[in-house]
Amino acid sequence: MTLQTNYIGKPTSRVDGPAKVTGTAKYAAEYNVPNLLYGYVVSSTITKGKIIKIDTAPVLALPGVHQVFSHENVPSLALFDRSYKDMLAPGGSPFRPLHSAEIKYSQQPVALVVADTFELARYAASILRIEYEEVAFETELRKHLDDAYEPGRGKIGFQPPKSRGNFGKGWKEGVAHVEAQFSHHAQHHNPMENFATTVEWLGDKNLNIYDKTQGAFNSQQVVTGIFGLSKEQARVISKYTGGGFGSGLRPQYQLFLAVLASLELERSVRVSLTREQMFSFGHRPETLQHVALATAADGSLTSINHVAVAETSQFEDFTENVVGWSGMLYDCKNVQLGYRLAKLDVYTPLDMRAPGAALGSVALEIAMDEMAYAAGLDPLELRLRNYSDRDQAQDLPFSSKALRKCYHEGAAKFGWEQRTAEPGSMRDGNLLVGWGMAGGVWDATKLPATVKASLDADGHLTVSSGTNEIGTGTYTIMTQIAAESMGLPLEAVTFVLGDTTLPVSPLQGGSWTAASVGNSVVEACTKLGEALLKQAQKMDNPAFSGVKIEEVEFANGQMRLRADATQAIVLRDVVQASGEPSIEAENSTIMAKLEMLKPPKYSMHAHNAVFVEVKVDPDLMTVHVTRVVNAVAAGRILNPKTARSQVLGSVVWGLGMALMEESVMDHRFGRYMNKSLAEYHVPVNADIHDIDVIFVSEEDDKVNPLGIKGLGEVGMLGVAAAVANAIYHATGKRVRDMPITIDKLL
Amino acid sequence: MNSFTFTQATAVAGAVQDNTAHPDAAYIGGGTNLIDLMKENVARPTHLIGLKNLGLDTIETLPDGGLRLGALATNAATAWHPEVESRYPLLNQAILAGASPQLRNMATDGGNLMQRTRCYYFYDLTTPCNKREPGSGCSAIGGYNRVCGILGTSDSCIATHPSDMCVALAALDTTVRVSGPNGERTIKFEDFHRLPGDHPERDNTLEPGELITGLDLPKKGFSQNFSYLKLRDRSSYAFALVSVAAALELDGNTIIDARLALGGVAHKPWRDQEAEALLIGQPATAETFGRAAAKVLAGAKGHGANTFKIELARRAIVRALKQATEMKEVVDTNAFQNSNP
Amino acid sequence: MPQVTQAPPPATLAPTQAVSLHINGQAHTLQLAPWTTLLDALREYLDLTGTKKGCDHGQCGACTVLVDGKRINSCLSLAVMQEGTDIQTIEGMGTEGSLSPLQQAFIDHDAFQCGYCTPGQICSAQGLINEGKAKTEAEVRELMSGNVCRCGAYSNILSAVMEVVGKELKIEN
Repeated sequence: MTLQTNYIGKPTSRVDGPAKVTGTAKYAAEYNVPNLLYGYVVSSTITKGKIIKIDTAPVLALPGVHQVFSHENVPSLALFDRSYKDMLAPGGSPFRPLHSAEIKYSQQPVALVVADTFELARYAASILRIEYEEVAFETELRKHLDDAYEPGRGKIGFQPPKSRGNFGKGWKEGVAHVEAQFSHHAQHHNPMENFATTVEWLGDKNLNIYDKTQGAFNSQQVVTGIFGLSKEQARVISKYTGGGFGSGLRPQYQLFLAVLASLELERSVRVSLTREQMFSFGHRPETLQHVALATAADGSLTSINHVAVAETSQFEDFTENVVGWSGMLYDCKNVQLGYRLAKLDVYTPLDMRAPGAALGSVALEIAMDEMAYAAGLDPLELRLRNYSDRDQAQDLPFSSKALRKCYHEGAAKFGWEQRTAEPGSMRDGNLLVGWGMAGGVWDATKLPATVKASLDADGHLTVSSGTNEIGTGTYTIMTQIAAESMGLPLEAVTFVLGDTTLPVSPLQGGSWTAASVGNSVVEACTKLGEALLKQAQKMDNPAFSGVKIEEVEFANGQMRLRADATQAIVLRDVVQASGEPSIEAENSTIMAKLEMLKPPKYSMHAHNAVFVEVKVDPDLMTVHVTRVVNAVAAGRILNPKTARSQVLGSVVWGLGMALMEESVMDHRFGRYMNKSLAEYHVPVNADIHDIDVIFVSEEDDKVNPLGIKGLGEVGMLGVAAAVANAIYHATGKRVRDMPITIDKLL
Repeated sequence: MNSFTFTQATAVAGAVQDNTAHPDAAYIGGGTNLIDLMKENVARPTHLIGLKNLGLDTIETLPDGGLRLGALATNAATAWHPEVESRYPLLNQAILAGASPQLRNMATDGGNLMQRTRCYYFYDLTTPCNKREPGSGCSAIGGYNRVCGILGTSDSCIATHPSDMCVALAALDTTVRVSGPNGERTIKFEDFHRLPGDHPERDNTLEPGELITGLDLPKKGFSQNFSYLKLRDRSSYAFALVSVAAALELDGNTIIDARLALGGVAHKPWRDQEAEALLIGQPATAETFGRAAAKVLAGAKGHGANTFKIELARRAIVRALKQATEMKEVVDTNAFQNSNP
Repeated sequence: MPQVTQAPPPATLAPTQAVSLHINGQAHTLQLAPWTTLLDALREYLDLTGTKKGCDHGQCGACTVLVDGKRINSCLSLAVMQEGTDIQTIEGMGTEGSLSPLQQAFIDHDAFQCGYCTPGQICSAQGLINEGKAKTEAEVRELMSGNVCRCGAYSNILSAVMEVVGKELKIEN
């Protein structure tokens, strides 16, 4: 089956748009099932120690309060860690809510008050008295650099960074040198929808679990593991997710609490976290980085050193690829990389948009800007001189790499050649103008995914897979791919997702959903085509007799001979002739799984280059990002409309990271202090000015059949570094401690 | 959030009486700060008295040429009121620099004065805070005090008053009208909010049961030369790190009259009349502005994370006075100006 | 560090009371605890879940509804305070078969991703149009800043709102 281009690659409005703009799209806390109880989570007020006493009597005495769950009354659950492990659990022992009196981190959930109404549960929770015994704790990364260790066991897919060559030798060979330290505070995802789970009790421990997640199967895995339920009993449904950014990659504790309460009370229960409690689980870890670069007289890098130390919890080793990118983005023989963790009394960090890379690229790309000045080269020219045509880290060729085009097209659109190098040399009236640039790289991954395609007797195609819609446009692009594959109009196709009764799909994350599920949609549709042909051949139609699938094509709701388009049969008629309500087919993931076991032949990555203009008030030092050009090479773009939106959003994330986002911890309390959307600043509309998104053409027939690389993360890379570089260019001030708030520029 | 009873008051006297009759009662106007604090369990009144039916939402010109803002007029209605726009544009700018359009549609003018601090430690029940729990200590001192005050602080509290509107009201010499168990009285704006001293739990000088009924602006509105400059961590919808309300009356380049007040730096909107005196009679130059700024900040004290505010405030005062003099960069509101360099 | 425990002694529970609300042209009478917010009344008692809870503290705008034509944060208003007002939620703006101009513009300009802030953005934009104060891009950006979009759809939200604002201005002239 060849792909035509009726839908793929065409800007297409979201098929779930009408549901979202009318408020009918339902999120986890919006399934108002009958006889619902409400749970309100009580969070620990101490950071480390244990609970001495929970005085539940006054709370339970309130009419309408059903139960207060705590470690004191939780029934015996699964014994071993493995039952609590989710698909993305790193090495160590996963946190078990309400497991014991022990407090491991601030805001740890310690009780769930369940009542007839939300108002009552919240009030009852506010009068629950808990006595603690507090012990000393450690939350300050800088005090524990000496304890930092190289993690041997991280989350799935994590590989310790590989060094090569001889850094010391390369350093000595260099004529220009840059050495710098970078720091980032913790950041929190803060999706707009708070984590919530509505558990619908169907009797006999059968549950419909409406969960906020980026992986319905992941939620199901922990629920079945912990509570000993079968998959049939624990059906997880997640039709819409109000923002993920990584926060939903691991099931959060409200899922456990809601299921626990439902099973114990044999009632339907909803548990929603508050915004404050959104700061009580994973976050982008506080990370300190050191980068040293040396270049020869011609600007070519002779050595790269990049070391990161990040926080993790006492109970799990959260790992991410912070420094590995520095071994592949540029051509360099001598690369020394290091990555260490320090255990602190905090909750385990969690993947957050462009995990690792977002941090690593800030350090590397600011250091490259510093090198440009040290070597007397234009920052773009420095990058072009160190362009790498081969992935030296894996020692593999790239399946495709159009980063050079990103640099050139981005620079042209931005007008980079007008830039004068001297800091403070460009002005707009009284304002200082700064132009900065940076680039980035992200993995193009494809994971096994199962998809079912089903054509009914009305000619309507339903394609389904248990993936998620977190705002990335999954409903829309899968509908486009399926419509394209079967030659149907978009209106004749429905894509169904977010349900564990559907075919198994991987977590929605890592920029891999479009490639993983998208290619599987094609496979499933191919199989459906075969089934339809087989059925057609049973019908009285000699034209199709003995025809192979390669010899037919699907268009206008028909199957027809490639050789003679007049020989066509209406798909609806094929289904009707079968006597069945529908004809179905599902793809097989065997080949995809086998493929994963083989050593890769290519390095497969998406790239981008970002150009930023800032205007800075020379007295007040207020910074405005007035222009951004983000040129992205990510293979085939399925839907330029939604793809552009993803990159626009990535730019906003980069601006937030550069200028305002930080979760500030008071180490005397071991507690984040700005845990609200008033004080954890994310950009607002007034912060955003002109953003230009360019998708450079990049054909890649090796990465996967559709040639897709994914877009969730790559657009964010380089943005924060480019902002920092632009601020340097405007002001001459090099800030390496993110975010760059006004106080750091005065 | 605690359990409470609710009454919708229909007359000021009845509201005051209702308040006096309940030991833990609170008035509720727009609710934008009180409901927030109640959800955090920082405020736990057991009885709420709704004020919206008191008929105090009017804005009217006074016989002496001043303007009376009803305490229940919303911030948005006030900012966009033709009299405010034309005669008190400084107030218009200050209001529009605060909060969000939605909040300004809810928040009342009286309630704006009653806002409590945004100090992180005041909001977090697990940390000591003298304002929330007298005698427990001040966590902001020696803590994360980036948002805290540099002027008029005490050893027990370095919190700031978060309002923008009040900074303009202070500069404009507003009078606060209140009604209470002992009848009506007026309070000069500068006497309304307190410095923390040993009693940071008390934000203002209202007596128990007293209710703000209106705000009287004097006739003089400084509509020709004014500026509200707000500096914050993002372009909109954020509290001020430092804000400055500057208003001048000029004769040529000579300053005839001046008003200068700061937000985000103290437990109250910080008006400095001595600094104003340094401006009056002087040429409107950077040098003059610098002297006034130096005066305002002479007693400023940083606490670590917020020490930058001293320098930021100095620059902001000079800039605001310059803007008020030149009236060049002032567009519709300060917010647009900040977001649109 | 000394631990401050502030849990107050249990108080007696105040009784619920009948609250009459006028929403999207329909009258509803609910029996509510006085400390029920308008937002929770909509979502939990009336199944009007189009209005979203993002922060519950007036810091994100996801809960924006129109009261007497003016946009407010429903999370910071008590249901009992809204007796006698005319409330409009996203459900009253348009339906999937009959979208309002703003709803259509949001789809056309791809002014959302996850969709969670979207009803609040649309109600807020309607409030902005009702106010009639924003005409330029800078003004719309500023006056749409009470609605946080974590997906970062701001540029497209601006385009969508500008399109409808532009049409309104044309009609006025």
